[in-house]
Amino acid sequence: MRALTRKMWRDLWQVRAQAVAIALVVMCGVGTYIMFLATLGSLRDTQASYYREYRFAEIFASLKRAPDALGLRIGEIAGVNHVDTRVVVPIRLEMPDFDEPVTGLMASLPDRGPPGLNALYLSQGRLPDPLRADEVVASLPFAQAHGLDLGDRFYAVLNGRKQPLTLVGKALSPEFVQLLRPGSVFPDYKRYGVFWMSRRALGQAYDLEGAFNDIALTLRAGANAQFVIDRLDELLGPYGGLGAYERADQRSHRFLSEEFNQLGTLASLFPVLFMGIAAFLLNVVIGRIVTMQREQIATLKAFGYGNLGVLGHYLQFVTVIVAVGVIGGTLLGIWLGQRLSLVYMAFYHFPYLQFSLEPMTAAEAGAASLLAAGAGTLFAVWRAATLRPAQAMRPEPPARYRETWIERLGVKRWLSQPARMIFRHIQRRAVKSALTILGIALGCGVILTGLFQQDTVGYMVNVQYGMSQREDLSVTFTEPTAYRARFDLLGLRGIEHVEVFRAVAVKLRHGPRSYRTAIRGLEPDGDIQRVLDARLRPVSLPADGLLLTDYLGTLLDVRPGDSLLVEVLEGNRPVREIPVVGLVKEYLGVSGYMELGALNRFMREGPTISGAYLSVDSAQLPELFTALENMPRVAGVAQRVQEIRNFNRVMEETMLFFTYVATMFAVVIAFGVVYNSARIALTERGRELASLRVLGFTRGEISYILLGELAVLTLVAIPLGLLLGYWMCYYIALALQNDLFRVPVILAPATYAFAASVVLVAAMLSGLVVRRRLDQLDLIAVLKTAE
Amino acid sequence: MTPQIDTDPAGKEAVFQARGLTKVYSMGEVEVQALRGVDIEFFAGEFVVLLGPSGSGKSTLLNILGGLDSPSGGSVRYGDHDLSVYDDAALTRYRREHVGFVFQFYNLIPSLTARENVALVTEIAANPMTPEEALARVGLAERMDHFPAQLSGGEQQRVAIARAVAKRPDVLLCDEPTGALDAQTGVLVLDVIARVNRELGTTTVVITHNAVIAGMADRVVYLSDGLVARVERNAQKVAAAQLRW
Ligand SMILES: Nc1ncnc2c1ncn2[C@@H]1O[C@H](COP(=O)(O)OP(=O)(O)OP(=O)(O)O)[C@@H](O)[C@H]1O
Ligand SMILES: [Mg+2]
Repeated sequence: MRALTRKMWRDLWQVRAQAVAIALVVMCGVGTYIMFLATLGSLRDTQASYYREYRFAEIFASLKRAPDALGLRIGEIAGVNHVDTRVVVPIRLEMPDFDEPVTGLMASLPDRGPPGLNALYLSQGRLPDPLRADEVVASLPFAQAHGLDLGDRFYAVLNGRKQPLTLVGKALSPEFVQLLRPGSVFPDYKRYGVFWMSRRALGQAYDLEGAFNDIALTLRAGANAQFVIDRLDELLGPYGGLGAYERADQRSHRFLSEEFNQLGTLASLFPVLFMGIAAFLLNVVIGRIVTMQREQIATLKAFGYGNLGVLGHYLQFVTVIVAVGVIGGTLLGIWLGQRLSLVYMAFYHFPYLQFSLEPMTAAEAGAASLLAAGAGTLFAVWRAATLRPAQAMRPEPPARYRETWIERLGVKRWLSQPARMIFRHIQRRAVKSALTILGIALGCGVILTGLFQQDTVGYMVNVQYGMSQREDLSVTFTEPTAYRARFDLLGLRGIEHVEVFRAVAVKLRHGPRSYRTAIRGLEPDGDIQRVLDARLRPVSLPADGLLLTDYLGTLLDVRPGDSLLVEVLEGNRPVREIPVVGLVKEYLGVSGYMELGALNRFMREGPTISGAYLSVDSAQLPELFTALENMPRVAGVAQRVQEIRNFNRVMEETMLFFTYVATMFAVVIAFGVVYNSARIALTERGRELASLRVLGFTRGEISYILLGELAVLTLVAIPLGLLLGYWMCYYIALALQNDLFRVPVILAPATYAFAASVVLVAAMLSGLVVRRRLDQLDLIAVLKTAE
Repeated sequence: MTPQIDTDPAGKEAVFQARGLTKVYSMGEVEVQALRGVDIEFFAGEFVVLLGPSGSGKSTLLNILGGLDSPSGGSVRYGDHDLSVYDDAALTRYRREHVGFVFQFYNLIPSLTARENVALVTEIAANPMTPEEALARVGLAERMDHFPAQLSGGEQQRVAIARAVAKRPDVLLCDEPTGALDAQTGVLVLDVIARVNRELGTTTVVITHNAVIAGMADRVVYLSDGLVARVERNAQKVAAAQLRW
């Protein structure tokens, strides 16, 4: 081994603890990066091959009723590859094991052969016999949630008639990778399922023999999707078409895409943050090593080592540390990626998981880490390489100390001599002290980013279900219904309060931007359903005009006072203009709100409602469920507590894993930063402190000088770190927001306290290590070797 | 300026030739004239002692000769080459190929053993002796695997000399090599330097504050306030062992 390489290894060994701390930080950065990207890559691969193998459609449309012959004409649209017409209807179910309301979706399967598109993955059983009207396939999660076996029987209300069904198969479909009840963002497999039965049986039940009400199609390569959608809308319009949409707007796919985007965002945010900190630490450590090795560098140069030689020497040093971090991080990332993929697999219903890590991803992480480390150390290493040997040979001029402003404030006489030394040192090395403070602050802040999602989610639930959607039950009707249905509901026992609503599916347009959502007409001054302003105060609905979720306002680029074009997606599909009169705050979903009467007027209809929000006497709940189920027009009943429970369950299972990992990493980083700061202070001042010991200072006194400085810096860093952490959370929240949800930045006092405590504990442990080192300070060795 | 300054009386050629050499350090508004026009030659194989009061520019001159620093004005030739126009890379190559340094504070790499400190230089030299041989020359064959912290000052300085001579440099430049040593150890170190000069024929320049050492030299150059005050030739060299201070 070359002598210079040997020097590198020995120097590395000298600072091994710090090197390990930095490598750990790098490991966290690379680990999170690989974890996210491996998960993302695996899910994407799985999704792609699942979609391909099971022929997931590309364009979708629902309509009221069209003769089968129309399907053939649709097949002739230029660019259309394959057309699948079918019957899809919302249903209610009665499960023998469960007396709460259960709803679902029933889709038809072709009477001959498997579906051309959106094929089923049968995990068990078989497809229904077209001649048997009672045979169904159920979505696997539903079957599992109810413990159903093949041959089990349950009931569905099909077109108002209760009908017995027999389970013949359990299946998954590429259409329902994410299985959500309409209007809900969290899965509830016990209360919502998807079912498939033969086209003939379903068609008979709904008077749709020789007709269809739903269509899915695929495109030829290079086809113009928008053209096909426009033609499709033209053809379906007379048949009550609700507007065709692309795969990108398909619900399950949409959710998946958003999740993938979020994973991608996290995959870039956290590693960047962690790598940034690692680069910062490297910069500090290498910077100080270079400063301490000034004369060694000069000697190397005096003997003919060139700039590149010196550069290479220190880069080698950095590379070893980073390489350890990258290798460790890759292994850790793969392990965590497998865990995280499994967490996601519990929510995404893929028939299988293709876990894969692109070697390129690992290589990228490695290259990025090296680049970050290189960038972080470039200045220090460059300083070393270009050091003028003659200058470096001269001892540095003695440091210029001054009275600090703290002393000058007049508190001097209360400061002991060691305390003065502490403050003078901090002030003289203002830049380095500032860097140390910044480093510790970053470590502190990063902990908040790991934890904030948890606090935030609790807050979101509270706002969404505690302040805005405060009903006990919500009832939706199969179709728009006369206002007097309200009195039918009020007549039921156990119902204390009723607020009705009208929901209209629409496409909102503003210039080139458009968005499919619903406008909800609410009762004015309702107490159950309220819309909130930016400061979360209830807003009273304007007599006219539209309120939009603030985020939808941003998406459509509209401000109060602007006008929107509303394409109604039901009835005879009018297109009308409406003024936007205000924006409201919502964390989940985006939609438009109007006063009920105003929406009815806008729709040019009489008093019409789509459903109702109820507050009920919970003691009467079971009877009430039965009564509601027996009301002819009720399509479904949802319970708010269930939403909250589903929400919490999803959060617990996905978020907790992430929170756990991020917090662990953040703690590692905080420790790494604090420990490094303490160790560097020790190396830099070992000589000075040893001299003090020689002068007769006790161990306690010199520890006080050094650790006092660390304590002062830590105490300054913590509040700064909490502030920095808040900003980091803010940017993460900003990066994560989408139309499905926006995460507010809410940090509980306990979270701040936790972050501060971690840093304090890290500082104390580091202090102990340093203290032990100080006790072992070898006075003679320190004084003997010239620096 | 004397006419015979170009050639050594014995007819040897000049290894170094400085003409009108100046060096100005500017520190903010203040300018320090470290050298004010030095004219001097050093000849192949000779042993020169550089004397002068503190701040007279000795180290500055030596650093420029060794290619550690560049002059502000004038020229300095090494053989046929003009060092004053060398860029950083050329100076590095020059130091690597031709110069050995010994410093007052030894400047050993603390994380390397004596042997490795020497190897550091032999590894990049064209025609070096082995580290073992170099260390044997300075009488440290026994302590090759000691780290600097495990050696006395005199031993450390001998390692530094071994490191400087191991590549068989053409010139050996020593800046106060005995400055940090007691008389006895200093003599030992000077003896090693004199032997290298004698046995390898290395042109040797030694800076010292100790006028006694001048007795060892072929020539003694007195610097004063950035100028060569006078040059003396010793009719008779004294062996290091005979020096007393
Ligand atoms: N890098 C520098 N920056 C500023 N001034 C310098 C620098 N190097 C040397 N000097 C100044 O140049 C002058 C000559 O310095 P030099 O080190 O050559 O003196 P010297 O003769 O070696 O002194 P000593 O015997 O004390 O080592 C001094 O006044 C010194 O302060
Ligand atoms: Mg000097």
